[in-house]
Amino acid sequence: MSEDQPRMVLLRVFRYRSGDEAPRYDEFRVPIGPRTTVLDALLGVRRLQDPTLTLRHSCLHASCGTCGMRVNGREVLACVTRLDGLGDRVVVEPLAGAPVVGDLVVDMEGFYRRLGPSGRPLVRASEQAAPELPDLERFEDCIECGLCLSACPVAATDPRYLGPAALAAAGRLLEEPRGADPAAVLGWVDDAHGAWRCHVAFECSEVCPAGVEPAGAIMGLRRRLLRDRLSRLAGLHDREARP
Amino acid sequence: MTGKGLRAVGGRHPSRWLDPRGRHLGTWAFVLNRLTGLGLVAYLYLHLIVLSTLLRGPEAWDGLVAVFRRPVFLALDVLLVLGLAVHGLNGLRVALVGSGLLVDRHKALLVAAGVLVGLVGLVAAVRTFA
Repeated sequence: MSEDQPRMVLLRVFRYRSGDEAPRYDEFRVPIGPRTTVLDALLGVRRLQDPTLTLRHSCLHASCGTCGMRVNGREVLACVTRLDGLGDRVVVEPLAGAPVVGDLVVDMEGFYRRLGPSGRPLVRASEQAAPELPDLERFEDCIECGLCLSACPVAATDPRYLGPAALAAAGRLLEEPRGADPAAVLGWVDDAHGAWRCHVAFECSEVCPAGVEPAGAIMGLRRRLLRDRLSRLAGLHDREARP
Repeated sequence: MTGKGLRAVGGRHPSRWLDPRGRHLGTWAFVLNRLTGLGLVAYLYLHLIVLSTLLRGPEAWDGLVAVFRRPVFLALDVLLVLGLAVHGLNGLRVALVGSGLLVDRHKALLVAAGVLVGLVGLVAAVRTFA
């Protein structure tokens, strides 16, 4: 192969459409350059090889979170994941833990439903709003892509688990309540399927493309819940609550 | 959304615990804890069944002990000690980090637990076969 010819990669893409008997994998050979992303290649497949390929994308720069999928088993945003370095044969699958709508698109309803009670604390100017916070970690960095829920081994088997994104949102809300009732937030996450369900695999933090550190937030919630319980046991809680 | 197809594909399944692709050290520790936990529960019942041989008198028991002194069973003894060490030491790490302690050091704790498991396994193997 001459240096002018692009390198070819074999994409093995998960295919499924409602009504199909079973999913299958279709293979597409695609040319790639050093900067070709998985999304570039998939859009190329749709344009030149199979217009029925279904996928979601929007911003193309890792801020909308819509192109989350599994590439060689790992949760990534396809728009910023380069194919160069992933090998000559790349497996592309939809996110795990959610029903497949079609090909690489999953139904995100369950993910958004979990986030709902947090009020989705999208606070854009928290640096100015809360200068007293020592380690500012803005939950608004979360782009709600769902990679964390897909990667979480606990979510693989517990459909009632709130999941990393919702728990991180709860942690963020406690850091800066802005009118929310911290006791209500703690009551929401203090549940066998809430903060206590996490098994400390930290996979959510590993795959998060926005650096939110959901696992750290969950441990922070547990620390707070434990402190409150111990305070109650020691009879300190009521004294603290009094003005 | 509902529909037959939507429910048929995707969703949750324990098989995802054992899909190694793209996973990190923390998930491997999670999987090992689950497998060793199941193994230890199975061993507990097996142990009780073996102990029930005592009801059949000393000869039956001595015969069984002679079988368990074969190298393959001694190797299984070492495997049992390794399983106990993995489950116990990783459980300690999970309890510490899961209580909000040493969260920033969770990877170092995992490596330390791995090293300790290796040492325990080595000592168990030497003492069993020496």
